Amino acid sequence: MSQNDKDVFDRREFLKGTAAVAGAAAAGTLLPSATALAQQGKLKVGLMLPYTGTFAQLGVAITNGFKLAVEERGGKLAGREIEFITVDDESNPAKAPENVNKLVQRDKVDVVIGTVHSGVVMGMAKVLKESGTLWINPNGGAGAMTGAACAPNFFRTSFSNWQTTHALGKVLKAKGHKNAVFITWKYAAGEEMMEGFKEGFEKEGGKLVKELYTPFPQVEFQALLTEIASIKPDAVVAFFAGGGAAKFLKDYQAAGLKGKIPLYGSGFLTDGVLDAVGDAGEGVETTLHYADGLDTKKDKAFRLAYAKTFKLQPDVYAVQGYDAGQLLAAGLEAVKGNVADKVGVIKGMEAAKIDSPRGVWTLSKAHNPVQDMYLRKVVGKENKVQGVAWKALADPARGCKM
Amino acid sequence: MDFAFFLIQLLNGLQYGLLLFLVASGLTLVFGIMGIINLAHGSFYMVGAYLAWSLAGMTGNLATAILLAIPLTVVLGMALERLLFRHLYQRDHLYQVLLTYGLILVFEELRSLIWGDDVHGVAVPALLNASISLTENLSYPVYRLAISGVCLLLAAALYFLIQKTRLGMMIRAGASNRDMVQSLGIDIKLIYTLVFALGIALAAFAGMINAPLSSVFPNMGSSVLIICFVVVVIGGIGSVKGAMAASLMIGLAETFGTVLVPEVAGMIVYVLMAIVLVWRPQGLFGKA
Repeated sequence: MSQNDKDVFDRREFLKGTAAVAGAAAAGTLLPSATALAQQGKLKVGLMLPYTGTFAQLGVAITNGFKLAVEERGGKLAGREIEFITVDDESNPAKAPENVNKLVQRDKVDVVIGTVHSGVVMGMAKVLKESGTLWINPNGGAGAMTGAACAPNFFRTSFSNWQTTHALGKVLKAKGHKNAVFITWKYAAGEEMMEGFKEGFEKEGGKLVKELYTPFPQVEFQALLTEIASIKPDAVVAFFAGGGAAKFLKDYQAAGLKGKIPLYGSGFLTDGVLDAVGDAGEGVETTLHYADGLDTKKDKAFRLAYAKTFKLQPDVYAVQGYDAGQLLAAGLEAVKGNVADKVGVIKGMEAAKIDSPRGVWTLSKAHNPVQDMYLRKVVGKENKVQGVAWKALADPARGCKM
Repeated sequence: MDFAFFLIQLLNGLQYGLLLFLVASGLTLVFGIMGIINLAHGSFYMVGAYLAWSLAGMTGNLATAILLAIPLTVVLGMALERLLFRHLYQRDHLYQVLLTYGLILVFEELRSLIWGDDVHGVAVPALLNASISLTENLSYPVYRLAISGVCLLLAAALYFLIQKTRLGMMIRAGASNRDMVQSLGIDIKLIYTLVFALGIALAAFAGMINAPLSSVFPNMGSSVLIICFVVVVIGGIGSVKGAMAASLMIGLAETFGTVLVPEVAGMIVYVLMAIVLVWRPQGLFGKA
């Protein structure tokens, strides 16, 4: 019995001892490798994007776009080689702080690139505000990131939700529509787009007669379409995306509303779904910061290079990722690659004039793009550009003190 | 809301309710009657939708695609029962939860590898591609009405199978006392395999027939999974009648909720479930 007890005791002690040794060894191997990397002078870029789930394709497009921007500069930014560290954020806001901490604390990245989902963006904002790590957001349009929660190290190369619908007010007015109904999912992005539209439309003297919401991510629209038919507005403005957008366009047509009440929306309504909806999207007009058929030299070159490198057609997400690479390059060039000079990098990025496939844009004081919003119309399988709906539209950045 | 629109919303609610029953019917069978917690129900729904899309693309016809796809899903269901589920009947429910959660991940990954991550549309069959005009600017797609018809038929068939046939009797007996049924000389293993496969086929069938309405997209199963469990729980575990009643209740509550109190529309179903569970913990038609 006593022999037995002693045995157990010994084993425990032994385990403790080995655990301590193993821990020390692990820490020991980590440290030298980290310093070795620093000496090689590789710039650590943390990509926190969705690589699985509904937004997987968007994550891939953004990554591709970013890598294309780096490749065009000879695989280096301001003379420094890049080491990519990727984290799949799964578009899961609950895991956002943990995921971004992996990059910031474990991998000690110089800059974080991410992400698609607005909820995850806001989770990242909390952590990155504290750590002060450079952050370029290539998609998620949450207004607060460059609004109430803005910070000197936060940058966005995509859009704010508000921007994507604000120009529609002018468009509707020009078409002679005096009142409209807005329909979307009941969640942050939908509500921000509704606000952006409402403000723009009311400034033009239009009236938003009803805001219709359905819970996210529900796709049963029949009750709301019936509501629209009973209200009979001059126009309907919608924001849905992905599978929900495809279903909405089809249901709108099936309910007999298409052709009777014209449909408008933020560009996401008709992006990436036109193959799925047959002719249900035909003629729908939307506003976005990118379009098919822009026909500029830069856009043509970008599309060609992207298609050649990745055997895929680029989309708006690829453009946003590409511009994230361009913006980072501009910041690093301003300090000759010395990323430790964070103030210098930030100044460089603030002053940058990004020659994007979407057209030239600059950053607002709150670090959100000031960009042209295009009016697009669905023709066949393309979102054909009709013109510029709003020249150099800037997000109002409400509540941003910087 | 004038009276005509009230009636149209009523129709919307009933139609949506029937659709919910269709989607939840497979779960009613597998969870409600066999007592297997199948979190992968939504995945089979998705598999059905993708099969319908890819086979309709090859054959050019949704009806043919569905006829081809149903045997495939039956075989899939039988294989899964034989290889995986069979070993878990005697164990705690937690094992089933773990297994079926794992299956969700496996099916999502396979879907991504085989079919990619794009959103796809399936054309409504030409025969049913029409609309009935309701008001000057609103019409009702015939395909939706046809689906409602299919749901009613299916509900009747399920009810008949479980309540009125010898096989149904054996299923019910097996659900309440497996060992006793076996000692009476009934091959309960075979029956379980068949019923499980039927449940999977029903889930997949719902995905197929719903594909033209809902479009086909990644993760489409996760959105239907929770509502299916709500249907079975409100209706009472093991009751087809209950599932039908619960589906219609939810359909109407969601439809009128979205129109009348949009601010809280997302909660209504769950409030309804909470009320039912406080009032009748065993569900509407469940046995105490």
